[in-house]
Amino acid sequence: MKYSYFPGCSLERNASAYHVSAMAIAEPLGMEFVEVEDWNCCGATEYVSLNLTASYALIARNLAQAAKETSTKQLVAPCSACYLNLKKCDAYMEESPSLEEKINLALAAGGLSYKGGTLKVRHLLDVVVNDVGYDAIAAKVTRPLKGLRVAPYYGCMIVRPKLGENGTFDNPEYPTTLDKLLKVLGATVIDFPLKAHCCGGHMTQISESTGFELIRRLIKGATDYKADLIVTLCPMCQLNLDAFQGAMNSHFNTNYHMPVLYFTQMIGLAFGMDAASLGIGTELVDARDALSKIGVEVPEAELVVKKPPKEALPMPSLPEEK
Amino acid sequence: MEKERIGVYICHCGSNIAGTVDVAEVSRWAGEALKDRGVVVSRDYKFMCSSLGQELIQKDIKEQGLTRVVVAACSPHLHEQTFRNACKEGGLNPYLCELVSIREQCSWIHPDKAVGTEKAKAIVSGGVEKVIWDEPLEPLRVPINPVTLVVGGGIAGIQAALEVANAGYPVIMVEREPSIGGHMAQFDKTFPTLDCSACILTPRMVEVGSHPNVKLFSYAEVANVSGYVGNFQVTIKQKARSVNTDLCTGCGICQEKCPKKVIDPVFEAGLGYRKAVYTPFPQAVPKYPVIDRENCTYFLKGTCKACEKFCPTGAIDFNQEDEYFTFDVGQIILATGWDLFDARRIPQYGYGRLANVFTSLEFERLSNAAGPTGGKIVLRDGVTVPKSVAIIHCVGSRDKNYNPYCSAICCMQSLKFAHLVHERTGAEVYNFYIDMRTPAKGYEEFYQRLLEEGTHFIRGKVAEITDAARIDGCSEFGIWWRIVMPLSKPALAAVTIFAFQGGWDNFLAPLVYMAGRPELRPLSVGLYLLRGGAGQLPDTHYMMALSTLMIIPMLLLFALGQRYFIQGVTLSGLKG
Repeated sequence: MKYSYFPGCSLERNASAYHVSAMAIAEPLGMEFVEVEDWNCCGATEYVSLNLTASYALIARNLAQAAKETSTKQLVAPCSACYLNLKKCDAYMEESPSLEEKINLALAAGGLSYKGGTLKVRHLLDVVVNDVGYDAIAAKVTRPLKGLRVAPYYGCMIVRPKLGENGTFDNPEYPTTLDKLLKVLGATVIDFPLKAHCCGGHMTQISESTGFELIRRLIKGATDYKADLIVTLCPMCQLNLDAFQGAMNSHFNTNYHMPVLYFTQMIGLAFGMDAASLGIGTELVDARDALSKIGVEVPEAELVVKKPPKEALPMPSLPEEK
Repeated sequence: MEKERIGVYICHCGSNIAGTVDVAEVSRWAGEALKDRGVVVSRDYKFMCSSLGQELIQKDIKEQGLTRVVVAACSPHLHEQTFRNACKEGGLNPYLCELVSIREQCSWIHPDKAVGTEKAKAIVSGGVEKVIWDEPLEPLRVPINPVTLVVGGGIAGIQAALEVANAGYPVIMVEREPSIGGHMAQFDKTFPTLDCSACILTPRMVEVGSHPNVKLFSYAEVANVSGYVGNFQVTIKQKARSVNTDLCTGCGICQEKCPKKVIDPVFEAGLGYRKAVYTPFPQAVPKYPVIDRENCTYFLKGTCKACEKFCPTGAIDFNQEDEYFTFDVGQIILATGWDLFDARRIPQYGYGRLANVFTSLEFERLSNAAGPTGGKIVLRDGVTVPKSVAIIHCVGSRDKNYNPYCSAICCMQSLKFAHLVHERTGAEVYNFYIDMRTPAKGYEEFYQRLLEEGTHFIRGKVAEITDAARIDGCSEFGIWWRIVMPLSKPALAAVTIFAFQGGWDNFLAPLVYMAGRPELRPLSVGLYLLRGGAGQLPDTHYMMALSTLMIIPMLLLFALGQRYFIQGVTLSGLKG
């Protein structure tokens, strides 16, 4: 099936592994992604709280760009924040003609327009489990993730809020689609009680100790349930749990080690794909030990030392430490 | 057709109508615009339903010779009878009076006075058009069938049936289950008096079962209803009991001998077992059992017939078929009762996933002295008594995702549960409530009583239930003290008893270490010394006395620790 694809800023940078692995599993799962042309930032979680109308106009520009693609009316976003923003904007525009009018005034400046409800905004997980289906995925599994204990982690933005009657594809309080997906892949899925709790979002930047506590609860929860790794579907969650795990450890004087991978990477692994081709090895908390349980070798990341170009100016010398 | 003389009366209803409808204008308009339809008088008045308002109509009927009356006021549900009676007394056939509603369907729903006035005119005009075609009617009395059908044999149906039957009218009662009694039969206590539920219910059940005016169909359903008010035809489907009720004495041998045990999802709420041939509970009315054909070995595999073999009166009839009975009844009382909210619909509460999450009905069975645990409140493992219990109110109620309304029952039921848990286990009880709603006789007093008993009340909506005490709120020491320690009591008791015995009886070690200090020697060594040396006679009487003395601490320890010790043995060594 063909989908418009909105990668979002994260997938260009810190979550490039998510993008790479999503692209890698697209072909075997029969999904065709057409990237939205000239897309822009979705405004993340902050802009909405600063200037509502302007932020919706920013999001709506992406919807308008995506609506130009005539071959499909389905817009897929792998990032939970992008997904929620696009979906909210679409739903609110459909609901409120006055908002739609205002936004279209702004869009008209760029020669664009968008009518609420034109596109169906969907998360990548939704597409994988509902369009492709568990059976089709099960049929493709060549290397079951047997013996791997995983904690499915949804975060808070994928199933909440419930917009409209059929607003969410999973239960908003206790989602289970990812659990089922990972079970299909052969992993042992723990009943992770914190699966839909907050990862702290941008709290690490605003109030470190709050952010760290939220991260600690998740990591500790998964550790207590003896999970080998956490599987997530949101770049923000992955960033918080992975990149801030070290800082959290030193803040609480703890010694947790909990790798965090994307569900697309797990699908790729189960399909027998090469770890490096799925972007595995780019995470900061080493997943090698966990993945060795299912016989996956992750090549050691090469440390690339760039030689300075000829034109480079010399560095000042520092006094040698004694 | 001769032109009718119509009177139109517009009511202000205080400001209810006059607030959004210009009543004077409507009255004026009706008098002018509807003149050619026959309106000869049109008035507005503050309260048409007052006796002065009624007299106004009666006066006009007499003086103006009205042949039709239209009153524009409230809904016919409220005052149609009032105005018809007024017309009747004024000498007009009451059915030539029409009450049209300009309140419920007009003034109350229109904020705009101009729009409201226009609509009121339209409604009045409609009323006038209709009343022209009205014909004078004479009420007549027709006989109705005095038989009442009561659907449902719970406490509501039972009470209804008894009221009707005691008034001297015949009643047909239909109950789906093998016995009447309904949910109340499952309960142990009622709130707020903590009366014994069965003691209130069973006498009434017996009364229904033996009342000459009540015909009882249990294990039956209403298959069809046709007819009209006062004269219904109902078809009752009597499901095959597989037991001939003419022969059965209700002795219960079949239930005793039946080898097939199945989980009882109805009466025991899935928490207990029954046989494939069963009555739901010992006090069942009627006393005859039924064979559950879905689970009976004979119906599944074609062999067994244990019940038939042992039945002393030969009442088992495997070939019985569903029967249909048709009755004429005059009225039907629906007392079909309630069903539990399916707590699985709120997955974050973990029902069905976490072992020790129970529904209220399951708890009723747990606390019932005739229930699967004999009234012991325990965890799902069947033995462990809980140390603390959380009771969640409003599950599935007051939530627009499920039922927006208040169940109006769970506050009191939760209080009852809290009391029972407190009384029978001594556990800490936490009630999580949104609002306490206790508005009936004795309810608030019961709430106060619970507060005095030391039940904790925590206001708020429960977000989720997890089995992870470690993640939030519970310190490491708390986990050890509240979870690990209680669970390892039996093991600790066994180790303590054995270790003490080993130490108490130890002979060699004190002999070696205390060799030069005779005054420090323990009893075990002392006992040995009383045996006497070479050539000495043993002090047998001292030995006996000291032996007895030595045994006492051991006995004491065992007496104190044996409860846990035995528990340890049963937990590890025995099944079930």
